[in-house]
Amino acid sequence: MIKAIVNVSLKAGVLDSQGKAVHHALDSLHFDGVNDVRVGKQIILKLDETDRTKAMANVTRMCEDLLANTVIEDYEIELV
Amino acid sequence: MKVSILQFPGTNCEYDTQHAFEELGASTEIIWHKAESIPSDTNLLVVAGGFSYGDYLRSGAIAKFSPVMKAVTEYANNGGKVLGICNGFQVLTETGLLPGALKRNDNLHFISKHHNLSVINNDNDFLKELACGDVVNIPIAHHDGNYFIDQDGLKELEENNQILLKYTDENGQIQNPNGSVDSIAGVCNKNKNVFGLMPHPERAMELILGSDDGVAMLKGFLK
Repeated sequence: MIKAIVNVSLKAGVLDSQGKAVHHALDSLHFDGVNDVRVGKQIILKLDETDRTKAMANVTRMCEDLLANTVIEDYEIELV
Repeated sequence: MKVSILQFPGTNCEYDTQHAFEELGASTEIIWHKAESIPSDTNLLVVAGGFSYGDYLRSGAIAKFSPVMKAVTEYANNGGKVLGICNGFQVLTETGLLPGALKRNDNLHFISKHHNLSVINNDNDFLKELACGDVVNIPIAHHDGNYFIDQDGLKELEENNQILLKYTDENGQIQNPNGSVDSIAGVCNKNKNVFGLMPHPERAMELILGSDDGVAMLKGFLK
């Protein structure tokens, strides 16, 4: 069994309002030295697949079709 | 004139939409999302507002895989007229029938209030009853209404007269409630048969309820 961890976040040029709000809250709490905050979501999949190449291909298709909206979001896949 | 209205689990504006179009003299039918075809006598297909599938993952992301959506895409690709209101707009962008995407409002709040909109282009079936520059007062009610499109996409929308409406004040000056690119409230596709907007014209049908400016908008489809 392979576990796939998918991280989805807004693309670099797309304003992340939630990240901005969290950054602001961290500033108010006097956590200094935070340059940038991006808020994303993590989707964890447990796959029957044992072949890592096939698993990567499958999860990539899942991201393109459903898990991310590639107009505004980027995704990263990690297999563990 | 037959208006078919889509209903997903979580849709909640289908009956308002039905009432609005029936008041205007159309016959209507509500289509459950499991249907694999849409009625052949449909003149306008409306993807109504609400929270399809609880907005899980992203607004409209799961609805796009409902059985009925294949028929919707086919209908639109054959030139059929489709109108997406609010969540319906989100579903149509997720499906790829309309350009761009809708993200969380800039101020992170759910915004529910009347807002003025300016008509930007009226060379289409939706807004032909209105003049360019007309200002209409229509309710908005959304959390994810922040329209995003990249600069190339925006240029294309402008060149093809695809921007339908922008958020403004009552004098037509830009007033952006949610952070949308260029204050865009509604767009159509290049072929001008698929329309989407975040505001709710079906909720602006009677003065006693705050505005009847939605009548002139929806009437465009019936003529």
